This record gives sequence, structure tokens and C-alpha cells, in this order.
Amino acid sequence: MTDLAQFRQETRDWLATHCPAEMRTPMGENDICWGGRHFVFQSSAQKEWLDVMAARGWTVPGWPKAYGGGGLSGPEQKVLAEEMARINARPPLQSFGIWMLGPALLHFGTEEQKRHYLPQIARGEIRWCQGYSEPGAGSDLASLQTKGEDKGAYFEVSGQKIWTSYADKADWIFCLVRTEPDAKKHTGISFLLFDMASAGVTTKPIKLISGASPFCETFFDAVQVPKGQIVGARGQGWTIAKYLLTHEREMIGGSDAAIFAKTDLIADASQAIGLDDTGRLDDPMMRAELGRFLVDEMAFDAHVDMTRAYMRAGNELGARSAELKYLGTELNKRRQSLRVAAGGADDLVWEGPANDAGQAAQDWLRSKGNSIEGGTSEVMLGILSKAILNLPS
Amino acid sequence: MEILNDDHQMVADAAAAYLSKSHPITAFRALRENSAAQGDTRAILTEFAELGWMGILLPEEVDGADFGARAAGVIAEEIGRNLTVAPFLSTAVLSASLLRQTGGTALSEWGAKIASGAAIVALALEEGAKHRPGRITTTLTQTGDSLTLTGRKSFVVDGSGADRLIVVAQSVEGLALVLVDPAAKGCVITPQLLLDHRNAALVHLDEVSVPKEAVLATGAAAQKALDHALCLGRAVTAAEQLGVAKAAAEQTFEYLRTRKQFGLLIGQFQALQHRAADLYCELEQTSSLIARALNAIEAGSDEAEALSRAAKAKMAHVGQQATEEGVQMHGGIGMTDEMDLGLFMKRDRALTEFLGDAGCHTEWLLRHRGI
Repeated sequence: MTDLAQFRQETRDWLATHCPAEMRTPMGENDICWGGRHFVFQSSAQKEWLDVMAARGWTVPGWPKAYGGGGLSGPEQKVLAEEMARINARPPLQSFGIWMLGPALLHFGTEEQKRHYLPQIARGEIRWCQGYSEPGAGSDLASLQTKGEDKGAYFEVSGQKIWTSYADKADWIFCLVRTEPDAKKHTGISFLLFDMASAGVTTKPIKLISGASPFCETFFDAVQVPKGQIVGARGQGWTIAKYLLTHEREMIGGSDAAIFAKTDLIADASQAIGLDDTGRLDDPMMRAELGRFLVDEMAFDAHVDMTRAYMRAGNELGARSAELKYLGTELNKRRQSLRVAAGGADDLVWEGPANDAGQAAQDWLRSKGNSIEGGTSEVMLGILSKAILNLPS
Repeated sequence: MEILNDDHQMVADAAAAYLSKSHPITAFRALRENSAAQGDTRAILTEFAELGWMGILLPEEVDGADFGARAAGVIAEEIGRNLTVAPFLSTAVLSASLLRQTGGTALSEWGAKIASGAAIVALALEEGAKHRPGRITTTLTQTGDSLTLTGRKSFVVDGSGADRLIVVAQSVEGLALVLVDPAAKGCVITPQLLLDHRNAALVHLDEVSVPKEAVLATGAAAQKALDHALCLGRAVTAAEQLGVAKAAAEQTFEYLRTRKQFGLLIGQFQALQHRAADLYCELEQTSSLIARALNAIEAGSDEAEALSRAAKAKMAHVGQQATEEGVQMHGGIGMTDEMDLGLFMKRDRALTEFLGDAGCHTEWLLRHRGI
């Protein structure tokens, strides 16, 4: 038996023993384990699953063991993912710490920072949020104005962030702050980490058109951030932010991203509209659009798969994360539009017991933000035209 | 970001180097101007055979390279990029696949001839303007001891000058695949030159007498062989079309970097940047889909047919996008014969129709999904 085949067998046996039955069922958005100080586990099985996986380092299987990871190679990670998928095992933990801050710390953090922060992320102890956008700095993120004044032992941070995902539920924030007021736009920014329980931090949820409030406004009033909580050098924040954004875009663009409600569009349409005498969907125009969508979905799935193989082969995705983000979010918007079009009046339901309490309408409206958050589609196309196609600016 | 294993990478590098040097677009232009050579794809056969490409899908017992679908796709992409005229799809992919599956003496004789570059074997499948392999009306009839073929075939790529045709017909035993000598009595080949300057003959079969051993397969065996050959053919055709589209896109991106208007490089205009980047993204995901289809065929996966149809359908859309955007972004000069954009556009159009367009395969996918 090859090493990999042996690893597969061991993994399969271990999962069979340790993955609770309740954690092998399809997962809705409310079933995600985000971890953190205030996280309320839905069941003892959810906690048990997190604990056993974290103890093995498999909440972050690719991270080094020294930082709470599993130290698995690319092929081993693939085996683990396949074996988990085989038994429908839920991800034990999802978080911005895993997707975004972790990779940035691994790349730019000091050894001390890695040993302190990464295991907390791996064990789901600290839930992170991302302080990037500001009211006056959206697509033009680098024009951000939240300032961090040098007060000797600490930076005094004052200003406002917006679109901070789950700031009201987060324990700590990784935050872009202008610490060098005299430097140029891109070189005056630093990347700071601080506790959301610090004096001077307040958050206010923003209600979206979907009715949900996944984002907050976040206010900082003379928050004291110790100097040791800067990642990288002063003024290096933009470089770190860009690196981290490639990971965010990978995450948003990936077809299994948490923000995409996966539904069986074909089954939904067939049920809502019915078939004609020849066995075709009884709406030729809708059917044609679904056909075009199916083909594009197969192309995107193939591309996600190819991208994963590319990364497992040791390549950094870099600017190419913008292509996944663009394709994946535009596709999801089409999916949700087709879904409510097929559902017709039934999918107009907003409240009430029928039709999953308005889930389709909410998912449809929520999807409109996909091509805005994490960089708009237009920003993605701009990045690709310059970084990949070398078009002049 | 195509991921190729070392063997496929070697094939890709060799194909890119050889075709861009020996059979680039300028060679296609020269061929186009030389009326004697128009549509003649025989000259290139020997070279392709020496490279192992004519036998890329044939087994070793007939001196084939037996290198698999992905390798065939890798070669086809470079053929597309260089607009190289060669009987690769017709002979090395479709006919070779049919001969391999049906085996017997036909494989020993004609498989070996294909692999050595000694024969062009064309597939006579289509009968109308659109790809409808389920509606064959050409008949194979048995009268006493003699078998005869009657019918009309169209869009027979590389059919003029072919050494043999594989004719798809209906028989009492269901579908039949018949190896036909185009010189046989009652077989009339009418050469036609298509918009892409490839030959695609009309074939009239009027009670053409065929020997029993020329029937490669009938019934379920014939259907299975044809289905597999078409599955493979679609994915490799899409790969060639991808090469055409990528070449068109690359020329266009280069034009955006160098052409000035209003005192600016036109690539500075955001309206064009975004369209160019969208085209790039579409080409990337289509490339992944085609690779996945070819890998699935090679692995004998149950998903191979759906993937190859999706790849052909997707490539039809993206090929059109690449060539139309290419002409539009070049402006007036893109409409001239001097530029290559028109050549790409014409080849793209022909490859879209060959083995079925987006509508044809999307319809199948929808049916497959139960709507």
C-alpha cells in the first residue's frame, strides 16, 4: 500500500469513529460552527466534532503542526477532503481566521505572533472580523482614513469602518489603519490586530435588503492598541491587505463558499413549472436559460477544481483569485435569479410558514451583494486587465 | 492555469514548437492561395505520423502511440492556434476511434495505415445542415448475398481525397458502420471548400456494393462505438476551437497594448479592459471544462458524455465571443483579410457546427437532467 493509500485508510477509520452522526447531515447557513468566545453550540455533537478535529489539527489541515494545524501535504489534504465528503461530514469550523487572517499571519507574522494567534484560530477560540472598508473608502480601499496615532507604547485608533462582517459577534479584529499620515496613500497604512472588547469599540448591525444583518458599522474612539499587535512593518499594511484579499476572493469565488445557498435549480424549476407532454420544462424560454446556466455551472465547477489542483501543486493563486471571484459571484447571481423566476409567486413569500419562510427571496436579494463584497466585479476585471493581461493604465 | 502531467506537457511543448515553426498561420495563408493544394491535407500526414500524432489514439499492435484523449486535445489546441490544416480530427480521432473499437482486420489494415500516415479515413455521418446523428436515413440493404449502401452524406470533413470513408447507415440490425472505398461504383464525391478553406465533401451513395467484411459493426455495437467516437470527437474539437479562440484573444490583447487613439493606448479604456478581462475569464473556465471532459473520457467516467457535450456547447459560446470581440476591438482593420481575426472567426464557425452546436448539446444536457 502506498503512503497515501494508507493515509486514506487511516483517515477513513478515524472519521468513522470520531465524526458524530449528527455532523453527517446537510448543513444550512445556521448550522455553521464559527467558534469564538460567545459561540453557542447547537448541539453537544457540534462541540465534540470541533474538539476532536481541532485536537488532530484538522480544522486547518494544511497549517504546520506547531501552530495548531495538521501538517498535511497537498495530496493528504485532498484525501481528507474526499473522505469527509464521502460521509457528508460537515466542516468542523469555518472562520475568517482560517480563510483570511491565518494565511496572512503565516506569511507576514512574527514567530511569536504565529504561536500566539494561530492555535487560537485552529481551536475556534477566537472569532475574527475584518476591518477594511470605510464610508469613504469602498472600491478605493487605500484611501481609508481611520487613523492610528503613535502614543509610544501603543497606537491610538480612531475612525469608522463599515461592512465589517459579523463585527457584533467577533472577538478580535484585523484592521487597516493609517499610521503614517505623511506617507503616500498606499504606504501609510498598517495592519493591526486588537480585541473588540477594548474600550472605545462599538458596533451597529446594518440591515440589508434581504432582511439579514451580516455586516456592521464599527466605530473606534481612541482605542489603545499595543505596538506588538502590528503585523509586518509600519506602512506595510497595504501589501498584507492585498495578500489577504486574494484569499478572501478565493473563498468567495469557490463554489462551496458559505455565502452561496446551494439549491437544486433543476429540481426546483421542474417542481414549480412542471413538464410538457414531451417531458420538457413547460416554459421554453426559462428552459433555454437554465440550459445556458447548466453549461456555465459545469465550466465553473471544472475551473474551481482545476484551480485547487493548481494550488495543491504549490502555486500561489495571486491575481487569479479575481477570476474565480468574478465568475463565481456572477454565476451565483444568475442562479438565484433563475430560482426565484422559476418559483414565481411562491418565491415572493417573505414571511409565513410556507415556502421555507421566504428563503428563496432572501437568498436572491442577498446574492446581489456577492459581486460587490470583497471587491466589485468591476474591480476584479480591472485587476485582471492589469495584472494578467498587462493592459496599460 | 492548465495542469498537465509531464508526458502531456512534453506533447504540448513539442506541438507548440513544431506547428508554430513548420505549419503556422502563414503556411495556411499560402495553402489558401495555391488552388492546386486547396483542401489537400495529405502533405502533412507523414510529418504528423512521424510525431506519433496520427496514431495518438491507436493501440500499439498497429504501431499507434496509444497516448489518450488528453494528449489528443493538447495537440488539437496547438493545431487550432496555428490554423494548421491536417486530417487530425477526421482521421486520427474519429475514424481511428471507430476502427479501434470495432477491431478485426479493418483495424489491422486501416488502423496501421492511419498510424503510419498512409491513409486518410473520413467519417460520413451527417445528412443535413445540422448535427443529427440520431436521424440517419442512409441505408445498408441486403439483397441475397450482396450488401448495398444508398444515401446522401454531407459535411464529410476531409472526404475529398480520402482513401476510405466510414459511412454511418441504417440496416435491419440497426445502426451500421461501413468502410467504403470512395472509388467504388455508385459512390460520387463532390468536393466543397468551406469558409475556413477546409474541404468537406458531399457524398452520394447510389446502391454502392460493399463486401461483408467492410461492415465494421451493426446494432448496439455500432451505436456504442459511434457514441464513444462522438464523445471523444466533441472534446477534441472543442480543444482545437479553444486554440483558435486563445490565438484570437492574444492578438486582440496585444492590439490593446499597442494601438493608440485619442492620444491614449486603447487598452487604457476601461470599457475595453473589462471586456478583455471577461473574455480571459471565460477562456480560462472553458479550458478547465475541456480538460475535465478529456480526462473523464480517458478515465472511462460515467460523466464523460455530459462533460464532452457541455465542453462543446460552452466552447461554441466562448469561441464566438473571442472572435467577435477580436474583430470589434481591432476596429476596421479587424475586418480586413490581411489580419488573422477573420481566419479565426471562420474556423471557429466551422468547428462550432462540426459535431453539433451549443443548442444541440444543451438540449441533450437538459433532457439528461430530466427537463
